[in-house]
Amino acid sequence: MEANIHFPDPSKVREELTQRYPAKVAKKRTKSIIINDPETIPEVQANVRTVPGIITQRGCSYAGCKGVVLGPTRDIVNIVHGPIGCSFYAWLTRRNQTRPETPEHENYITYCFSTDMQEENVVFGGEKKLKQAIQEAYDLFHPKSIAIFSTCPVGLIGDDVHAASKEMREKFGDCNVFGFSCEGYRGVSQSAGHHIANNGVFKHMVGRNNTPSEGKFKLNLLGEYNIGGDAFEIERILEKAGITLVASFSGNSTVGQLENAHTADLNVIMCHRSINYMGEMMETKYGIPWMKVNFVGAESTAKSLRKIAEYFGDEELKARVEEVIAEEMPKVKAVIDDIRPRTEGKTAMLFVGGSRAHHYQDLFTELGMTTVAAGYEFAHRDDYEGRHVLPSIKVDADSKNIEELKIVADPELYQPRKTEAELEALKEKGLEINGYEGMMKQMMKKSLVVDDVSHYESEKLIEIYKPDIFCAGIKEKYVVQKMGVPLKQLHSYDYGGPYTGFVGATNFYRDIDRMVNNPVWKLIKAPWEKAGNPKGAELEATYVTQ
Amino acid sequence: MLLRHTPKEVIAREGLTINPAKTCQPIGAMYAALGIHGCLPHSHGSQGCCSYHRSTLTRHYKEPVMAATSSFTEGASVFGGQANLLAAIETIFSVYEPDIIAVHSTCLSETIGDDLQQITKKAKDDGKIPEGKYVIYASTPSFVGSHVTGYANMVTGIAEQFAQSTGEKKDQINIIAGWMEPSDMREIKKLAKEFGVKIVLFPDTSDVLDAPQTGKHEFYPKGGTTIEELKSIGDSTASLALGCISAEPAAIALEKKCKVPFETVDMPIGLSATDRFIMSFSQATGVQVPDEITAERGRLVDVMTDMEQYFYGKKVALFGDPDQLIPLTEFLLDLNMKPIHIVSGTPGQRFEKRMKEVLERIPEANFKNGLNADMFLLHQWMKNEPVDLLIGNTYGKYIARDENVPFLRFGFPILDRIGHSYFPNIGYSGSLRLVEKILSAFMDRQDREALEEKFELVM
Repeated sequence: MEANIHFPDPSKVREELTQRYPAKVAKKRTKSIIINDPETIPEVQANVRTVPGIITQRGCSYAGCKGVVLGPTRDIVNIVHGPIGCSFYAWLTRRNQTRPETPEHENYITYCFSTDMQEENVVFGGEKKLKQAIQEAYDLFHPKSIAIFSTCPVGLIGDDVHAASKEMREKFGDCNVFGFSCEGYRGVSQSAGHHIANNGVFKHMVGRNNTPSEGKFKLNLLGEYNIGGDAFEIERILEKAGITLVASFSGNSTVGQLENAHTADLNVIMCHRSINYMGEMMETKYGIPWMKVNFVGAESTAKSLRKIAEYFGDEELKARVEEVIAEEMPKVKAVIDDIRPRTEGKTAMLFVGGSRAHHYQDLFTELGMTTVAAGYEFAHRDDYEGRHVLPSIKVDADSKNIEELKIVADPELYQPRKTEAELEALKEKGLEINGYEGMMKQMMKKSLVVDDVSHYESEKLIEIYKPDIFCAGIKEKYVVQKMGVPLKQLHSYDYGGPYTGFVGATNFYRDIDRMVNNPVWKLIKAPWEKAGNPKGAELEATYVTQ
Repeated sequence: MLLRHTPKEVIAREGLTINPAKTCQPIGAMYAALGIHGCLPHSHGSQGCCSYHRSTLTRHYKEPVMAATSSFTEGASVFGGQANLLAAIETIFSVYEPDIIAVHSTCLSETIGDDLQQITKKAKDDGKIPEGKYVIYASTPSFVGSHVTGYANMVTGIAEQFAQSTGEKKDQINIIAGWMEPSDMREIKKLAKEFGVKIVLFPDTSDVLDAPQTGKHEFYPKGGTTIEELKSIGDSTASLALGCISAEPAAIALEKKCKVPFETVDMPIGLSATDRFIMSFSQATGVQVPDEITAERGRLVDVMTDMEQYFYGKKVALFGDPDQLIPLTEFLLDLNMKPIHIVSGTPGQRFEKRMKEVLERIPEANFKNGLNADMFLLHQWMKNEPVDLLIGNTYGKYIARDENVPFLRFGFPILDRIGHSYFPNIGYSGSLRLVEKILSAFMDRQDREALEEKFELVM
């Protein structure tokens, strides 16, 4: 598809973006700045080290592990082993909403736990203090689970959080204690932490409770963290369609759900980047296929529901799903009919996350807006180009030190939910079974793809393209807005949302309409700045008339 | 209940900190460096540190917070971060063109023993620092002190590394700002202007973290103490350090290096602390207190006398940073209120000593700082002896809601309101703002909860 809007000369854009860099840096960055062609899909350099000194959006492995994947489960006591900062910064800042069954049920999300490591612990070792902290948490709360997260100094001084966890787990008997080696220096971004988290959750939680789950159509929702209540909206829709959600990884989830997740018959994946490992491991061990879906966007939600119904292959379910869509869509249409005339033809840029920069393009399409440039903060090549490139991805030193679990089929619990032939047939019908086509296939020819965009590059892109809206995170929010361009945060949603499902789509349409058409952007210049020099003439008597 | 698992019974903890009343050193160093004009803070550690600090400061100020990172990977953590920092310095000077890079360390780089002094010297020797540009540094391991001491370390680094003595004294005094808001720094400059005295205020985040919307992003906003001013602080006649934890270390360093005599005063929060600050300022400069300042003081005392009935005997719980808590507690006592529970995660014996003095009239008051002095403990104290008002940063809202206590946001970080960076919290006018906010909190509650027949028109 050729864009009907004018794209600047892409090779010039690339040059402009990299000209200030030292030669070596420019050479490296050029490989991550790609002119898209959805037909041929060029290679994008991704998941490589950020050049020191570059102002990057990226965070660390700890943020991906504790902050993203483990943070949303409400009944685990998450103790951060390290100096105070790491736990403090991840305290409630990701907006993972949760809804305990009753006012008495466990919810530790509002709490921040840390061993507050001191210099003496760094010098003489921190294991003793860690075990003391675990004991105190157990005595105070008697939780079902305690998880330990290692921060940078922990790995360097050689504290063994796994041994300490095991010792305490055996001591308590009724509390599952386990650790994560998610030191901030591992890998090149949050992405390493997602992988480490997946491994830990799979090893220590999934499969602990074999009680068969109830329901005819049972699935797990993977890679949905209930920011701003996104999971609540998906839960609502699934329930309406008669689909049972066994576990959500990990928005609005509980330990009990995760431990029982292997009794579901399908894993649907929202954020491919952060949780695809879990999908793969569950398939190998238990025989549960996974399928890429997207509940961001009303059309995308309808499509995803139809795919789920197709997977289960039940006519009654298919009919029910159609009923739900028929019931929900008119409300969406009424909103979009009102808003679209005001957003049609406008342009957007998305530089965020590991899936969001892809998913949210669907919502912009529904608004009649064009994504002129996009990129991820911490994704890999498969998130850009599709999973078919996986065999050709070179495993570098930074990826090598993230553990790859060796999974085999469980001798008792492995039970393929579908035969190979059935899966092939479903793929032919367009279901992304065990697959993901990536972002670029969906983006326009000549649009720009930039991985791990730097501050400097973002400013240049805004100057060149003058987008109507820019999507990123809190660090970029006010920089971009100071340039007179509204920025929609796609991590925190600017404290709004949900943006998933049918209700979420209408929330997003309204927010974007408000932002791109807000009169405040025209009020930036003071009248005297526009007027030129004062004439110095005496005021004449005038009256304000009613 | 949001904090439904917090029991009333207090059991001593040694290993576990819950809901901390502090964060780590590097964020303080980053904040201090933003108060120098043309300076890019640089975090020598893994990316997460820089990302978290920038995010937290951004949420507090709703402003751009620019800073770079050494982006450590496992290799750098094993072999040392020198190569990363040298590469960073080269990249930063060519792409972002600052006048100064202010490097601070992290727990990671300190644990492996990176020596910032040695690395910055090497950068200079290797010609990676362009002529007329600077790389300064401060050691801020996260496993020592708190965000407050990290701020102090960077301010000390700034003073040590820029101050020069020419042998000729300048007719100016230094005001070393403790960790305060841009609005507070603006207020200090306003007071100095009223005195008609030249000061060098450092650091100074006004016009940096409260920058106007102009439609253009200024990477280095117009505010911040300039290099020229910083070089001159060694020739000033005296230094006033505002806060014994966050400002005094820089004053001591400057005294050592350039023999600039100093006095430490409490941060001017509330009536008595502002009185002492104004007296010291007048003494240090030899200038009489201008009438306008006396009138401003009078307006504050006037409100305190007019509304005294609403303050009397009200119990208060507070958490935050020592340099704020000491004068704020004193102010609550001036208002005839009863501060009874106070915690600060920042360690140091100065806090305990000063608190003992300030709280002499209230022997039953609980206060604790340092390890395990956290909001969980404060909340437990509140369950044992309830209060009428809670004062602290945004995280206090969870306690305030559970306990149905009026809540005054004060300190760092404030993530859910604006105002702290625009309106002063110090001086007589800042204190008047505090009084207004405390009164409004009480009166809004009274208006909300009073029986219909007891609903008051005039208050």
